[in-house]
Amino acid sequence: MILLTVGTQLPFDRLVDIVDRVAPDTGEEVFGQIGKSTLSPRNFTFQENLPPRDFETKITSARVLVSHAGIGSILTARKYNKPIILFPRLAAHNEHRNDHQLATCAQLKTQAGIYVATDEGELRALLLDKGLVSGSEDPGAAVKRRQLTDAIGAFIGGGA
Amino acid sequence: MTAQRSVKKPKVLAVCSSGGHWEQMMMIRDAFKGADPVFVTTLPGLAEKSGVEKSYVVPDCNRDNIGANLRCMRDLLSIIRTERPNVIISTGAAPGLLAIVIGRFFGARGVWVDSIANSERLSMSGKMAGYVANLWITQWSQLASAKGPKYYGSVL
Repeated sequence: MILLTVGTQLPFDRLVDIVDRVAPDTGEEVFGQIGKSTLSPRNFTFQENLPPRDFETKITSARVLVSHAGIGSILTARKYNKPIILFPRLAAHNEHRNDHQLATCAQLKTQAGIYVATDEGELRALLLDKGLVSGSEDPGAAVKRRQLTDAIGAFIGGGA
Repeated sequence: MTAQRSVKKPKVLAVCSSGGHWEQMMMIRDAFKGADPVFVTTLPGLAEKSGVEKSYVVPDCNRDNIGANLRCMRDLLSIIRTERPNVIISTGAAPGLLAIVIGRFFGARGVWVDSIANSERLSMSGKMAGYVANLWITQWSQLASAKGPKYYGSVL
């Protein structure tokens, strides 16, 4: 199953529309959590927002996530060991306040398990590719996380 | 009574919006293991899904909606009066900043961890947090500076 998620706060009609057009060609079930998007997809089942537990159930049965370049989606894909295709929101289309999602893509596109598409052609190619692989956490990331939590723990005190 | 006080765990109020802000908060939970944490977020069911013991839900808000800001502020004020946290920590966005500001009036120290989504510049809330937080953190080394936020590490 291909799982689409676009975040809960802002519509992302451009992404929903492309996935709707590509869906029939994938030969796979597609499910979308489309948030505040205004389009009603015709070629896949969708819901505005799933309760957190139901969303997790969907993820476990998904082959791949396709998502706006939100950190929540990226961390969730990693947690469930799924490949993720990022399609960044652009300020030029009024999809976000600024282009920080482009910056996120630029920073993360070299990490295993993270794929980036910026137009319909690129997204179609990735959605039809059955060989996408998930990335395991690189050991350096665990160290950076430890350093951050240690610094905060030391500030809080209490023997953390 | 110093001995007794040193045994008491610091109370931490962890306040953040749903989505990426929440996932990042969950990834730094280890920082609270010597403390007594209470979580506040904006989406019902999220805290339960993540298995946190004690939590509250407040209305989400951002800089565009004054009414939502006021409702969010009112609820945060009531939570802070009840919980009396020693430390208030946020990974963003607006509700977390409001909590840190209110907390300062109740003697709570504030920690701001700017989202890893902000790799080129701090968020608007993140910039404002620099005026009120006692510990001001960015997750990108290129954004850290002597007078600006500090960098220690990141969740990715």
